[in-house]
Amino acid sequence: MKAGLLFFFCLTFLLCCTPQATCVQYRLVVRDVSTLQILQLYTCLDQVSHMEWSSDSLFILCAMYNRGLVQVWSLEQPDWHCKIDEGSIGLVSSRWSPDGRHILNTTEFHLRVTVWSLCTKAVSYIKYPKACQKGIDFSRDGRYMALAERRDCKDYVCVFVCDDWHLLRHFETETQDLAGLEWSPNGCVLAVWDSCLEYMVLLYSLDGRLLSTYSAYEWSLGVKSVSWSPSSQFLAIGSYDEKVRILNHITWKKITQFEHPAIIDNTKATVYKEAEKRPGVGSDEMPLHNITMGATLFNTQSKYEICPLPVQIPVVKPDPDRASPKIGISVLAFSSDSRYLATKNDNMATAVWVWDMQKMSLEAVLEQTSAVRCFQWDPLRPRLALCAGNTKLYLWSPGGCVSVQVPTEGGFQVQSLNWHCSGDSLILLGKEQLCLCYMDTDQEDK
Amino acid sequence: MGEWWTTETSMENYEISSISHVTMSPSRRNNLVSMYSFPLSKSSYSVISAFCTEDNIPQCISYINQELASLGLSSTCIEAISPGGTGLSTVPALNAMYELLQIHRRSMCNLEELEREQLRKSSTLEHIQMSNTRLKDQLELSIREKSGLHETERQLQLKIKTLQSCLKTEKDEVQKLQSVIASRASQYSHDAKRKEREAVKLKERLSQLLIDRKDKKLAIDVLNCLGRADGKRRHWKTTKATSSHEDEMYKSLLSDYEASQRSLMLENAELKKVLQQMKKEMMHILSPRQPSTRGATADDSQEQADLDGEAKGGDASRESLDQYCEHAREQLTNSIRQQWRKLRNHVERLDSQASQAQNQLESNKEVIPRETHEDEMERMRCEVQQCREFIHAQQQLLQQQLNTSFDDETAALLNDCYTLEEKERLKEEWRLFEEQKRNFERERKNFTEAAIRLGREKKAFEEDRASWLKNQFLNMTPFTHRRRYSSSDGQSALSIRSEPEIRMSSVKSQLAKSSTYTTFSTPRPSQSAPVPSTTELYRTLRLIPDSSSSRHSNRGRWPECSNIEDGETLVRPKNRLRSGGMSIFSLGEDENSFT
Repeated sequence: MKAGLLFFFCLTFLLCCTPQATCVQYRLVVRDVSTLQILQLYTCLDQVSHMEWSSDSLFILCAMYNRGLVQVWSLEQPDWHCKIDEGSIGLVSSRWSPDGRHILNTTEFHLRVTVWSLCTKAVSYIKYPKACQKGIDFSRDGRYMALAERRDCKDYVCVFVCDDWHLLRHFETETQDLAGLEWSPNGCVLAVWDSCLEYMVLLYSLDGRLLSTYSAYEWSLGVKSVSWSPSSQFLAIGSYDEKVRILNHITWKKITQFEHPAIIDNTKATVYKEAEKRPGVGSDEMPLHNITMGATLFNTQSKYEICPLPVQIPVVKPDPDRASPKIGISVLAFSSDSRYLATKNDNMATAVWVWDMQKMSLEAVLEQTSAVRCFQWDPLRPRLALCAGNTKLYLWSPGGCVSVQVPTEGGFQVQSLNWHCSGDSLILLGKEQLCLCYMDTDQEDK
Repeated sequence: MGEWWTTETSMENYEISSISHVTMSPSRRNNLVSMYSFPLSKSSYSVISAFCTEDNIPQCISYINQELASLGLSSTCIEAISPGGTGLSTVPALNAMYELLQIHRRSMCNLEELEREQLRKSSTLEHIQMSNTRLKDQLELSIREKSGLHETERQLQLKIKTLQSCLKTEKDEVQKLQSVIASRASQYSHDAKRKEREAVKLKERLSQLLIDRKDKKLAIDVLNCLGRADGKRRHWKTTKATSSHEDEMYKSLLSDYEASQRSLMLENAELKKVLQQMKKEMMHILSPRQPSTRGATADDSQEQADLDGEAKGGDASRESLDQYCEHAREQLTNSIRQQWRKLRNHVERLDSQASQAQNQLESNKEVIPRETHEDEMERMRCEVQQCREFIHAQQQLLQQQLNTSFDDETAALLNDCYTLEEKERLKEEWRLFEEQKRNFERERKNFTEAAIRLGREKKAFEEDRASWLKNQFLNMTPFTHRRRYSSSDGQSALSIRSEPEIRMSSVKSQLAKSSTYTTFSTPRPSQSAPVPSTTELYRTLRLIPDSSSSRHSNRGRWPECSNIEDGETLVRPKNRLRSGGMSIFSLGEDENSFT
């Protein structure tokens, strides 16, 4: 953690109130999203390492991993406070339960998961949690929690009822080394995948029955990322062989696979290439713009150009001797209507691929000038926002592609971004600054 | 002689035919012998001088006679004029000499021939020897090559052997490595498990320790407890709660399954509908054609009948079948399958028929279409070539235009060129114009002359008429002899008058036939130089105001028009108008005036 300013952002905006919280070292600031007015100001005991809104947006959790402390603040009652001390055992991760009344703390060495109830002050322990990529997942309706467990060198999955932390199911999985699990959005199927050493995806029913297993190949590095479509219809599996495989929800067999070739010659796809241009000083193209935004004079402008096919995407050959090589599909994201899938292949860091799930074909490729850091779909519309560690925000929609200069002075570099749940605004995070980007409801532009 | 034979024998080795050639006739052999005897005798001329002396003439004669006889010249016998005398009878001696000379010449010829032959033989020999050596060289070379190839083959085989051994070792290596990997993997997993167990033990111990220590820090400090988000109170952990959880879980599962089943049902119904429709369409396609294409087997028809019956049954009990899902599906798929088989057979049959028909067609049309095809191809090629040329020309023009429009300097240059050219052209036109002017001048002169002549003729005619009238008048008078004279005079006057009419008609007919362009080329010395007739006059009259027509004609554009005219006569005045411009228009006028 670096000294200086640190920002954490609300991930769960709610419709009723739309505040935004930022943390500046010891202080927690809550602002209104539309006006940026400060609503509340809290002071924590130590430097905050992690912050999270409760699901009903009434409480904010601030975790201080250094001290093994968690502080909870209430938005409605500023006087109310709660402090949880994990003691000498230490703390590595803290999160809300879906009901917003329990806090799950994972202790150091993954000794146990402590469940603290804010209602009854009760504490319960869950032993043997597995330290892995994604060991805990709540179903979308917040009713069940799946937890990966490791006992006697075997992988187990525990399914808890989040209501009263009752253990509903406990079953062994047929994995060598479980790496992650994820509920389907309808909460009835649990996808479990093995570590990268073995390509293995298992699908379990809520009651612990094994529905299906899927393995595309052997003897090579396997699954890198897994994502459910919001409709629970598809399961996309990104792997180290630079392919995405789509499983269907009826037979759990592969429907299709999306390859990420270095040379794109699919005539149905559109390739947008970001073209940078320096604004000519004194050029009378947009004098007003230049006057109003002096800072942008020194920044490079960019726009998208549609490339004629075939297009060669720059490929970085990964070092084969390194662990977890930079190759394969690391990020998969379905749009909210399950219509599009955005992927990123690690050895083509400058390109984002958008696939049409209806036609099961490549829809568009966005080739950036720099490596893509982060991308996220609009929670309501098929609109993709991405950032590439520079001063620009990029948006893609089926209609086209646009590059927007962030109008700030100094070197504001967008490291990551987050949509508001209404899809009207977007937070752009820099290293020391943040920027709120409001969407015009009718246009793509700000 | 010995030398000769040796050469011959040496030749014998190479060419038997040459030997046969040499030894072909005994006469030649004889010649050879004689030939050899001559030089011998010649070389020993000094001896010959000693051969015949004053003393031994008779002996010499007899000896020579003997020799001559041996040479087959016994008829001519040399005799002394007088026995014991020194003189020889000249006639037989000369004869003998002549004979000898003849023989000598022949032999010389033979010798020459033989020499030539020998030369030839020797050259062929040389050639053969050369070729022999060459072939020997080649043989040697090929032998060497062969040995080289053998060597390389051997080496390659050796290499193969080594490579095979390498492969074997590599395979062994791979196997070894695989076993190593497997053992390592097992070792690793074993170690991992051991480590994990240890870690678990440590964790246990740690948690135990933590619990034993009664860590005071481990605490929650809440100002006041919160209500649940849903406002309910906390449930007790009872068996009832457990079962309710189970129930809920199953309920949610069930609802999910129901939803999925519903969607599947919908999809299924949709598919079934499609299937039914397909079946119907298939039947529709197949059934009306059956009677016509019924040439197939009886088995086929049987099957079809079955199908029809089944289909009817299926249609009738559609609703019930929908209820009995299993049954319906089976039946449907069965019938579809059968129909499909039917359709496939049908299509295959059609395919084979089509292919046969095509074959037949091909066999029938094989000869004829090729030529036409080639002709067509040729024609098209020509066309393409033309088009290409056309395009090229266009491109060039375009390029020129572009160049002129874009490049100022070159444009200026080109402009200069153009002005120069223009000037040239204008000069030319000026020249033409001058020429025309001269022509016109001449024509005007002609015209005036003609007018004068006409006036004169008119006058003569008047006079004639007057005289004729006078004659007529005088006819009534008793001076008959004078009347006859004057009538003949009147005829002559009339003949002069009729002359232009005749010519005019002739021109008319000419125009009607091919509409010659005499009218265009104003300077026509062949026609205008002699006495200009009235038609000529008319023509000139018409043409004088129209300067452009003559200019055109002079610029040589009219041959093109005449071409048209040659092909199609008066039928197309409009076309001419289009292609010929003004000049042709004037022609049209001419025609109108003449016809």
